[in-house]
Amino acid sequence: MIAKLMLENGTVFTGESFGSEKESTGEVVFNTSMTGYQEILTDPSYNGQIVTMTYPLIGNYGVNTDDIESIRPQAAGFIVKEYSSFPSNFRSNENLGSWLKKHDITGIQGIDTRMLTKMIRSIGAMRGLISTEDLDDKSLLEKVRKVPQMTGLDLASRVTTDKPYAWNKTDTTPFSLPVLKTKEKKWNVAVYDYGVKYNILRRLTSYGCNLTVLPAHIPAEDLLKMNPDGVFLSNGPGDPAAVTYAIENIKKLICKKPIFGICLGHQLLALALGGKTYKLKFGHRGGNHPVKNLRTGRVEITSQNHGFAVDPDSLDSSAIEITHINLNDQTNEGFRHKSLPLFSVQYHPEASPGPHDSDYLFAQFMQMLAKK
Amino acid sequence: MPKRTDIQSVLIIGSGPIVIGQACEFDYSGTQACRVLRKEGYRVILVNSNPATIMTDPEFADATYIEPITAEFLEKIIERERPDVILPTMGGQTALNTAVTLAENGVLKKYGVELIGANLGAIKMAEDRELFRKAMDRAGLQSARGGFVNSIDEALKIAETIGFPIIIRPSFTLGGTGGGTAFNMEEFHSKVTHGLNCSPIHQVLIEESVIGWKEYELEVMRDTKDNVVIICSIENFDPMGVHTGDSITVAPAQTLTDKEYQQLRDASIRVIREIGVETGGSNIQFGVNPKDGRVLVIEMNPRVSRSSALASKATGFPIAKIAAMLAVGYTLDEIPNDITKLTPASFEPAIDYCVVKIPRWDFEKFKGVDDTLGVQMKSVGEAMSIGRTFKEALQKALRSLEQGRSGLGADGKDIIDVKKLSDAEKDEWKRKIMERIQIPRPNNIFYIRYGLQLGLTIEQLFQITGIDPWFLFNIRQIVEMEDKLKSEQFEKVSPELLRKAKEYGFSDHQLAEIWKTKEPSVRARRKKMNIIPVYKTVDTCAAEFAASTPYHYSTYERENESVKSGNKKIIILGGGPNRIGQGIEFDYCCVHGVMALREEGYEVIMVNCNPETVSTDYDTTDKLYFEPLTLEDVLNICDHEEPYGVIVSFGGQTPLKSAKALEENGIRILGTSPEGIDLAEDRERFGELLRKFNIVHPEYGTAYTVDNAVLVAEKIGYPVLVRPSYVLGGRAMEVCYSADSLRSYMKKAVDVSPDHPVLIDCFLEDAFEYDVDCVCDGKDVMIGGVMQHIEEAGIHSGDSACVIPPYMISGKTLDEIMEITVKLAKALEVVGLMNVQFATKDNIVYVLEVNPRASRTVPFVSKATGVPLAKIAAKVMAGKTIEELGCKDFDFRKLKHISVKEAVFPFSKFPRTPVFLGPEMRSTGEVMGISDNFGASVAKSQIAANNSLPLSGTVFLSVNNNDKNEVSLNIARDLQALGFSLTATSGTADFLNSHSIRCEKVFKVNEGRPNSVDLIKNGKIQFVINTPLGAVSRYDEYSIGWAALENKVAFVTTLSAAATAIKAIQKIKEGGVSVKSIQEYLKQD
Repeated sequence: MIAKLMLENGTVFTGESFGSEKESTGEVVFNTSMTGYQEILTDPSYNGQIVTMTYPLIGNYGVNTDDIESIRPQAAGFIVKEYSSFPSNFRSNENLGSWLKKHDITGIQGIDTRMLTKMIRSIGAMRGLISTEDLDDKSLLEKVRKVPQMTGLDLASRVTTDKPYAWNKTDTTPFSLPVLKTKEKKWNVAVYDYGVKYNILRRLTSYGCNLTVLPAHIPAEDLLKMNPDGVFLSNGPGDPAAVTYAIENIKKLICKKPIFGICLGHQLLALALGGKTYKLKFGHRGGNHPVKNLRTGRVEITSQNHGFAVDPDSLDSSAIEITHINLNDQTNEGFRHKSLPLFSVQYHPEASPGPHDSDYLFAQFMQMLAKK
Repeated sequence: MPKRTDIQSVLIIGSGPIVIGQACEFDYSGTQACRVLRKEGYRVILVNSNPATIMTDPEFADATYIEPITAEFLEKIIERERPDVILPTMGGQTALNTAVTLAENGVLKKYGVELIGANLGAIKMAEDRELFRKAMDRAGLQSARGGFVNSIDEALKIAETIGFPIIIRPSFTLGGTGGGTAFNMEEFHSKVTHGLNCSPIHQVLIEESVIGWKEYELEVMRDTKDNVVIICSIENFDPMGVHTGDSITVAPAQTLTDKEYQQLRDASIRVIREIGVETGGSNIQFGVNPKDGRVLVIEMNPRVSRSSALASKATGFPIAKIAAMLAVGYTLDEIPNDITKLTPASFEPAIDYCVVKIPRWDFEKFKGVDDTLGVQMKSVGEAMSIGRTFKEALQKALRSLEQGRSGLGADGKDIIDVKKLSDAEKDEWKRKIMERIQIPRPNNIFYIRYGLQLGLTIEQLFQITGIDPWFLFNIRQIVEMEDKLKSEQFEKVSPELLRKAKEYGFSDHQLAEIWKTKEPSVRARRKKMNIIPVYKTVDTCAAEFAASTPYHYSTYERENESVKSGNKKIIILGGGPNRIGQGIEFDYCCVHGVMALREEGYEVIMVNCNPETVSTDYDTTDKLYFEPLTLEDVLNICDHEEPYGVIVSFGGQTPLKSAKALEENGIRILGTSPEGIDLAEDRERFGELLRKFNIVHPEYGTAYTVDNAVLVAEKIGYPVLVRPSYVLGGRAMEVCYSADSLRSYMKKAVDVSPDHPVLIDCFLEDAFEYDVDCVCDGKDVMIGGVMQHIEEAGIHSGDSACVIPPYMISGKTLDEIMEITVKLAKALEVVGLMNVQFATKDNIVYVLEVNPRASRTVPFVSKATGVPLAKIAAKVMAGKTIEELGCKDFDFRKLKHISVKEAVFPFSKFPRTPVFLGPEMRSTGEVMGISDNFGASVAKSQIAANNSLPLSGTVFLSVNNNDKNEVSLNIARDLQALGFSLTATSGTADFLNSHSIRCEKVFKVNEGRPNSVDLIKNGKIQFVINTPLGAVSRYDEYSIGWAALENKVAFVTTLSAAATAIKAIQKIKEGGVSVKSIQEYLKQD
């Protein structure tokens, strides 16, 4: 079935549908990972976004029950060059197309995704619309221009958990990383869920944490009543500056609990410390970003997925130490407080998908909890 | 950490001659290393015995030693040059092995030289399978079960514990030489014995077979700060059991989830750390069980490799260049990414296309060899292609191979048309195909297509072949598309379907076959529908950052990224995949053409599809199109670029074939006109020309049928040299001594080339042969050099050793050769390079062949004389005159040094193939020996070619009646004077004894035992001189030849080669073999 992709600048791509047959809208972003489409699609940080993979051949290994980062696919739509309906992998239990259809996600193939990527690179992330129903360009353009801008959107509240829950699952697949437990004692860690990826929970559990996952709106006071050993601020979609309630809650936790943040959690922590965030032109999405750890001088190849970034100049340099920078564009990738037990990174040490170079950050969090 | 300042000079070891398993990828890596290290301010000293390489051009290093790559010669160079460090990771196994020897025999310590890139411990741990296995255990990684053995008894003990099939890998051999898979005890016995014999340390690895598992390779880089990045993952289309050099391979990995991929990535990092490769690149191979994902580490190469060359071309990340920088202390984050300029090299390339590499084999040149593919590499070259889908890349790669196929079948070359078969025939073919594809062989992919057409399922094919179902599914999609196209009529086909066909990689030629029309009609209609390719960029980052490097490939999509400049442009067509007869020499000429024309201010565009080459390094040219060299693909590029002209005469036969058609399509061919090329190729027309100028040539004739051929041959007189027209490398060429052998040859030859007649020449037995390379600008002719062959006429010039300047020639003959060359160049209106082959017999000079194009010997002549012939030719083609270039007065006769080229053969890879040299070229590479005297140059060439010359012992002589003369007597006397004892077959022995030369008698092979072969096998003979004449004695000689080869005994087949060898032995015994750099030789002239 014919499907069309319309961008807010009026560019239209015609392709073939391989997902749900309907209309969907979102911010169009590209991801340069060559593997891991299932993890990407289920990552809540992609909520509200239409994702295109720069790698042209997608669907090759199907989908399975293990490689999920949340309960369902979260992206608003999926754009690929060539979809493979014939998966080949011992873990695959269905093909990508039927899975997308089951979860009512649009998918379009036959697109010059390189051209699309270059366009996003030069113009910036754009709003877009995939439709199998309306193929009239004029009408599509009108609709796409009504899609809300990403800046100013609080999407965390859309993907966070309804109610608190305990998590105690580790990675049980044959691919789990070795676990380096620092001690016998188990830490109680409260997780603010702004759209948390399962693998963050799996990794924290592997390192010996008892996790309680909390809805994004839970007041800091309620969290403190639980008296956890530490607090984790999760990744998530949307504009961090729009998640004002979270920033206020985090402010109340600083000085009281050791805190570790990832991605949106990193941005929210910066905002709570008085810093600023800004929207990147087209964001960082992929599994090959070089990040330099300024404390060791070592380079980590990292998994990234963010459209906003922390402005390092907005942070109080007397209190905050920049710990990581992106070597491609020198943007901030991590900081720590010089006296308080809190640190965060912009990228994804939990990988999934992506390289495992930064897994040590979980160990670092454990050391921080031990020192408290 | 910035670069090291405690070192000033770096010695780089090259890989020597092109052999199976070690080809021009090491010229690519070495050239990159030389370039970057000089740019960094180091004094670069280079050793390589291969004159056909770019890296040995005098301007690429401060001191270039074209010397044998042996520890002995390296020590002499080290003693002279006193380098601070040695970089041994650029020259393949040859360089690594030599470095290990230098470390172990104390030379490095003696001269205070450090190994950089990989230290001795790391090399040994990676190379020695026992140490490697222990290292993997320490790293917590699994490797295959098995063990090392030094005897058949030990082997049998291990075999009991693992069960069949069992892999046998000899230690320390090139490309897995002597390895194999045994499925039963009998095979196990013979293969282990063979493997033990092949291994220089008489050791083989007996290992659990993982045949049928998926095979992956990761290219890894590490710096001194322990930063590790993966440059590329490669998935083998052929499962484990086929050497990766013989596998179709695909990049990136296609059928791994991220979880599985990251597991391999983590394992790679652990491997490189555990082995301790401190800086540079390594290649790590894995086997993955498709049933449960179990991972085994197969092996690791602690150096740049064929795969890293492929990965560099596949990603745009220059592994060798970066590895060289890391070796001198830089870290990855300090090195900018060449392509984006703004981002660092400390990242992992993201690619947004699919790359397919297919090997090319030349089995037809080696009669009776086993063409099944296994753990020992047998291919001689490869083609790579880039497409946006696997289907497109696969079909492009198949037509890039230039083996007559235009894609995955449907090209008029299919052996069956399934639609026309009866049901019974279908069943018969199904059975045949299932049987055929059980064993990996070249071209199995075409049989997989037939299988799918006949209704075999993906599951069935997977069960038989172990090829991943995802690949099979994509092949099925191509087959289905073909069916769909067949159901349409050409006149009525929709633009949508035609576009889809192009997206699937179908060539115009395939479409023409499918629709029963002509290729130009398809092209015209396609262009009318505006279905033309776009060119995408290889940029390392999947378009995330702007790229400044113009490295392109075609696809059928929407956006074209190749920006056409307004400059005056020249396109140079490359040589395509390496094969016997067309290899690195032609890439050398192409690269020189590029350099020269850039100097002249042109924008130079390179088109080629061979990933091993320097010409496909985006650093070499202004613009690179990594594309097949078919007419369609070249015309598409010309349509887009609108070049001033195209050069077809540097890349060998491949581009030359398109010359006429390109011209017909309105493309300007630079250099000699297609008309001139045709004149030289067309025997009748060329014969007329020779007669017009009173130039003598051997009697010849042309035949179209078998009976006709016999008549022609009788008129000329036997022996005759027969071959099909339009061939390179003497393909299918043979000397026939009788009507019977001619008839049997004709039956084969007519199959080879049905559209072309067979050429029959008088064979000048026992003549001297000469090669001349010259440049002509239409007015003046500059003779680059006259080479004299050491072997007699009748042996392919590519297989002969030759000497420049000639060592046995009268002034009159030399003058005559040069005069004829000038006459021919002018008569053919040559603009650019020309090669002429001459033979002399009884003081008559015969012209054997003229080729108005770059020849195989151009690099050798250029190295020997210091005159860059290909560069001069390129400038001449672009309109400069020889006079303007200041080359008019060059005279190679004034050279003060003597250069000898020797050919290198792959016989040891192909057991029991005839080793006798003939008119069909079979050498894969060449080496050069250079010195101030003939003997030392020959000695060096022999040592470099790994032909061990004995200094004492027994010589076996068997000379034919013609050779029972003063020359052979002198040879015998010289040998005795050198302290050798002589043994000979009865005729030769009687002849020698009658001239008072003491000589033992030994039986001929068919006379009794012990015979000459027994003596060779028992190590009683150190040197074989065997000159046969006539068909019968030639066939007898095979057994002696094989015995000599297997036992590494020096072996010559002509008196001239024997006399030459004696001169070399004398020099070695005198201790007169010293080393000197090319730069010094050229200075003295």
